Amino acid sequence: MTERNEYKELTWQGLWKNNPGLVQLLGLCPLLAVTTTLTNALGLGVATLLVLVCSNATVSLIRHLVPKEVRIPIFVLIIAAFVTCVQLIMNAYTFGLYQSLGIFLPLIVTNCAIIGRAEAYASKNPIKQASFDGFMMGLGFMLVLAALGAIREILGQGTLFDGADLLLGDWASVLRIEVFHFDSKFLLAILPPGAFIAMGFLIAAKNAIDAKLEKKQAKQTETKTIERVRVNFDA
Amino acid sequence: MSFWIASSPHNHIQGATPKIMRLVILATLPAIIAQCYFFGWGNLIQIAIAVSVALLSEMVFLAIRDKNIKAQITDGSAILTGLLLGLSVPSMAPWWITVIGSIFAICVVKQLYGGLGFNLFNPAMAAYVLLLVSFPLQMTSWQPANELLTQSLSFLDHLWLVFTGFTGDGYSAEQIRMNIDGITMATPLDTLKTDLTLGLTVFESFEKPVFGDFIGLGWEWVNVGFLLGGLFLIYKKAIDWVIPASFLFGLFFFSFMSYSISPDSSASTLFHWLSGGTMLAAFFILTDPVSAATSRKGRIFFALMAALIVFLIRKFGGYPDAIAFSVLLCNMSVPLIDQYTRPRTYGHQRGE
Repeated sequence: MTERNEYKELTWQGLWKNNPGLVQLLGLCPLLAVTTTLTNALGLGVATLLVLVCSNATVSLIRHLVPKEVRIPIFVLIIAAFVTCVQLIMNAYTFGLYQSLGIFLPLIVTNCAIIGRAEAYASKNPIKQASFDGFMMGLGFMLVLAALGAIREILGQGTLFDGADLLLGDWASVLRIEVFHFDSKFLLAILPPGAFIAMGFLIAAKNAIDAKLEKKQAKQTETKTIERVRVNFDA
Repeated sequence: MSFWIASSPHNHIQGATPKIMRLVILATLPAIIAQCYFFGWGNLIQIAIAVSVALLSEMVFLAIRDKNIKAQITDGSAILTGLLLGLSVPSMAPWWITVIGSIFAICVVKQLYGGLGFNLFNPAMAAYVLLLVSFPLQMTSWQPANELLTQSLSFLDHLWLVFTGFTGDGYSAEQIRMNIDGITMATPLDTLKTDLTLGLTVFESFEKPVFGDFIGLGWEWVNVGFLLGGLFLIYKKAIDWVIPASFLFGLFFFSFMSYSISPDSSASTLFHWLSGGTMLAAFFILTDPVSAATSRKGRIFFALMAALIVFLIRKFGGYPDAIAFSVLLCNMSVPLIDQYTRPRTYGHQRGE
């Protein structure tokens, strides 16, 4: 496989076919707990993305030095180090978001999507591909987080980008969009069961799109290749 | 000529589902009449909204799924779901509450799981829980019985109240629920719960007008209506008597135990039986043939568990009534119950 094809494949795998949120269903705990607003979801998504890229790069860099028997604790140590960095950075620069993400920021250490990538891809591939894989997987995870956050925020509060200034600085408070206004909030969308239901719908939508694509492809190949069938009655 | 050998069952009953559904719908009549008599027209309006939205969403969903619309609409299951939801939402709740509930019950709880016969949860109760969790304020706006109201409400007043939030004279639901002293009146279960936290005894709390002469003005008769309907269903063999009997026995057992330990802070069994949605649950909700346990032993366990959860939440929980929550929790455990209460097949020994 040429290098370019490999990058294309990694992008396709990370964003769609093997998406950590929708297909592998990894890291469900932060995915469901934090996505009450789009801002929270983006904050956690960016943090996970950073950790994933850095840990994949580091794991790939030291892949020849690490003995196979103790690789898991070493991976966890590397991930924990990067999570601590990200946590300190967020504590310093986006304190409001740091507070609203709470325990789920340090819990990125236990996000199986990250250790899964370190084990399955980064520990076997060169640094360039490994960082690219981390980036794409992180991006896929972030997109799912953002989609879920947006759905839940619109249904629950009727807004988008509520509290964006926590993530991006004071200028971002103009980003807040009031999609519609209700007298009473739709609390279920904000509560955990709403997250599960919305996630179910997202996965169902992805599967429906896949089924449709497959059908289309099957039709195309059917019309393209006309084979002559020979029936031999003697055989 | 050839012999055609049919396999069992040999005795067919044609169209069993629509017939049972019609019977169950018929059996809710006494309770509907009681609700109308004591609480005015509100619940008829809610039932009308719920049934029509349920039918509409069932039709739309069946059309999307390419199913036989006529056969599945005429079996009456969507009507029954709408009816049960309309019976259980507060009569002064705004119209969109009932609409959201009916759509959720039919589209998500029933059709997304595969339609009638595949739904894991009771659609009406799952929709009720959705509404109760999402809109606590609107879902607790129960109307006090007619004779406690400071102003009388006509049919049009109820209609305006449901669709605009105000009666013809401009009173909101909150104002209608106030008594002459300007204090909001709650349901008997809610009143008792609040009074017990305030340090009153059950006996002192029962002096309040919400309880009437017996154990809940209006509510007792609504429950008696459900009881009558349920007995009719048992007589017609539309439902199994085991579930209601064990549910009511369970509630009796737990409430009697707590009553004998501390009579001042526990309501009597009769209060538990005849308030809230006890009889509705016993005869119309828990007996749902799809989401209940299947074997007899399993059904006894299922109903006793429902009774325990209802009692625990009513006595110690945060909500005044717990029918919907307990039904959902029991529905969830039905596969497990069925797994461990399989009846012995004929010719096999136990444990083989």
